Amino acid sequence: MAKSAPPAREGLDKRGLTDEQLRAIFRNMLLQRALDNRGFQLNRQGKVPFALGSEGHEALQAGAAMAFSRGNDILAPYYRDLGLALGIGLSPYEILLSIFARAADHNGGRQFPNHYSSKRAGVMSFSSILAAHIPHAVGAAYAMKLRGEKNRAVLVTCGDGTTSEGEWHESMNFAAIHKLPVVMLVENNEWAISTPLDKQMGQPEIWKRAAGYGMPGVRFNGFDPIETYAVVKNALDRAHRGEGPSLIEGVCYRFLAHSTDDNDLTYRTKEEVTEHRKDDPVPGFERILTGAGVMTVADVEAMKKDVLRETNEATDHAAAMPYPVASDLYTHVYEGAYQPWL
Amino acid sequence: MAVSTQEQTTTMNNVEAVRHTLYEAMKNDDRTVILGEDVGARGNVFLITKDFIEEFGAQRVIDTPIAEASIVGIAIGMAMEGLRPIAEIQFADFIYPAFNQIVGEAAKTRYRSNGEYTCPMVIRTPYGGGVRGALSHSISIEALFYHVPGLKIVAPAFPADIKGLLNAAIDDPDPVLFLEHKKTYRLIKGEVPTGHYTIPLGKANVVRPGTQLTVVSYGLYVHWALDAANALANEGYDVEVIDLRSIRPMDKTTILTSVEKTRKLLIIHEDNKFGGIGAEISAMVAEEALFSLDAPIRRHCAPDVPAMGYAEPLEHEYMSSPTKMADAMRELVRF
Ligand SMILES: Cc1ncc(C[n+]2csc(CCOP(=O)(O)OP(=O)(O)O)c2C)c(N)n1
Ligand SMILES: [Mg+2]
Repeated sequence: MAKSAPPAREGLDKRGLTDEQLRAIFRNMLLQRALDNRGFQLNRQGKVPFALGSEGHEALQAGAAMAFSRGNDILAPYYRDLGLALGIGLSPYEILLSIFARAADHNGGRQFPNHYSSKRAGVMSFSSILAAHIPHAVGAAYAMKLRGEKNRAVLVTCGDGTTSEGEWHESMNFAAIHKLPVVMLVENNEWAISTPLDKQMGQPEIWKRAAGYGMPGVRFNGFDPIETYAVVKNALDRAHRGEGPSLIEGVCYRFLAHSTDDNDLTYRTKEEVTEHRKDDPVPGFERILTGAGVMTVADVEAMKKDVLRETNEATDHAAAMPYPVASDLYTHVYEGAYQPWL
Repeated sequence: MAVSTQEQTTTMNNVEAVRHTLYEAMKNDDRTVILGEDVGARGNVFLITKDFIEEFGAQRVIDTPIAEASIVGIAIGMAMEGLRPIAEIQFADFIYPAFNQIVGEAAKTRYRSNGEYTCPMVIRTPYGGGVRGALSHSISIEALFYHVPGLKIVAPAFPADIKGLLNAAIDDPDPVLFLEHKKTYRLIKGEVPTGHYTIPLGKANVVRPGTQLTVVSYGLYVHWALDAANALANEGYDVEVIDLRSIRPMDKTTILTSVEKTRKLLIIHEDNKFGGIGAEISAMVAEEALFSLDAPIRRHCAPDVPAMGYAEPLEHEYMSSPTKMADAMRELVRF
């Protein structure tokens, strides 16, 4: 099944979403794109050393975030999850604090941008080590199950390439053995930096591995936020009911280079990207919402303006905040003051 | 350790001390879970958790798949989400698949999240040789981990220390690697106070006072160093033996106080010399107390080979002994 922008249609199947939720999904998608652009702009202006974008993942992440139960569920994301982070309650200001590596950033400016972490919002801290966070998600799900907490689950995400890691497999296996409330959402954008799917795995449909673990597997169109919502909601509901884990694979595409440090034209053609751009989910969803009468063209324009205003304000606000100071290098090694020699 | 003379004690060997302490931890705190290979129905390969599964249930005494990276990784997630996991690596030699999770993740969770997330967990594992454990059941792993800020490492030698330090490790808000020398498991017995107590991580113990030479060691070799020191006493040499107990953080004060008194330092460990714990202690003493020394610092450690062999002569050559230690001590005392 290929991803493609769903056609504009009159009788839109909203899969239980209200018009207000549909507009929130769309706003999240616009905000993702605005913040992605902002990171790349700041990098080109020499204001930040690094940025990473999620273009192509907007629909998938905005739809998935809408299924997340705030205050109950936990998100164990990876670095490309801007839309999930925004959709479950991180603010553009918090994102920009991390882009600018400011002291008030959740990570205190210690990690790369896009390494979302927030106890308040239920986002688990993770490092840049691919797949290392997946056992953490499974351990957190184990804790929920052990305590008998109903209606809680962990939503854990990763890219297609990351599914090759041993920790990915170990985590799926353990989650299945204990029927843990965890949903493994794979964001398949066809690329892992320069490595395409067919060099990553012999059988390119990741969802099919679910059968081998003994859990349900689903593949869905990650360019369609409504379908994404329905699939993620179903998997989370299942986990909430104590019926165990799922492996769900959203197919999308990475429109940008891997990061500001990558030149994707060294390994893929402009034509390939242009071809996929025709299905760009952001204008695609705009057509759907206006076509179905959920938003007017004027509503869309007003929303775009508002998103830009919010992005600009967050940029100015974050840029004005102080860096960590040199002495911050020494804190939080252990609890309390620390010396290796006592 | 505050052990009053009236306090009740029980005689235990090292394996019983681990078992007793884990049992109390499981009983006293529902958040405690034990996970590892064969810890449930079999009760661990050394029977440390025997019958725990009946008493505490399979949800808290978890027989894991053979997957060390995720044993530690899942424990990290449990710790981040409020449990107090005690992960077991069946033999220290099998900890390598978990290196990423220990060094890249557990040790850095607090730091990378600027204190927002923490990782209070214990990783227990039996290590060390002299048990005909061959190439892959005998290894010392401490030097691979002691370089890493964010981890604590403990390697006790006596049953009472095992209890106090394991309790402290379980209570600790940061990840602790708890190393149990497997040859001492049934070999070493001692009195263990029955009540709850902790011994602070990072405090060494002078297990034999002396005036002419400081010996610093940990694990099995503390016992052999004591045997050697007692033998040398018959020759009129007075050797002080320090049991490090904790490798990270390490007790500088006790080492320096001793070296300033005896003016000579011998470090003894089972791990090979190059880049071992002894290298760090030597450097610290050279930096802080060079002019108190009357002789070069010496290290009596394993040869620089990948591992001890299974065949008896190979193991024998790799391991030290009270006799070999006495030779090294005598030479330095006479320097
Ligand atoms: C363990 C590990 N190996 C390699 C890398 C370097 N690296 C960073 S991102 C990446 C590609 C990941 O691809 P994928 O999982 O498909 O996610 P995507 O970036 O496409 O969203 C690689 C190889 C890393 N961060 N961690
Ligand atoms: Mg990818």
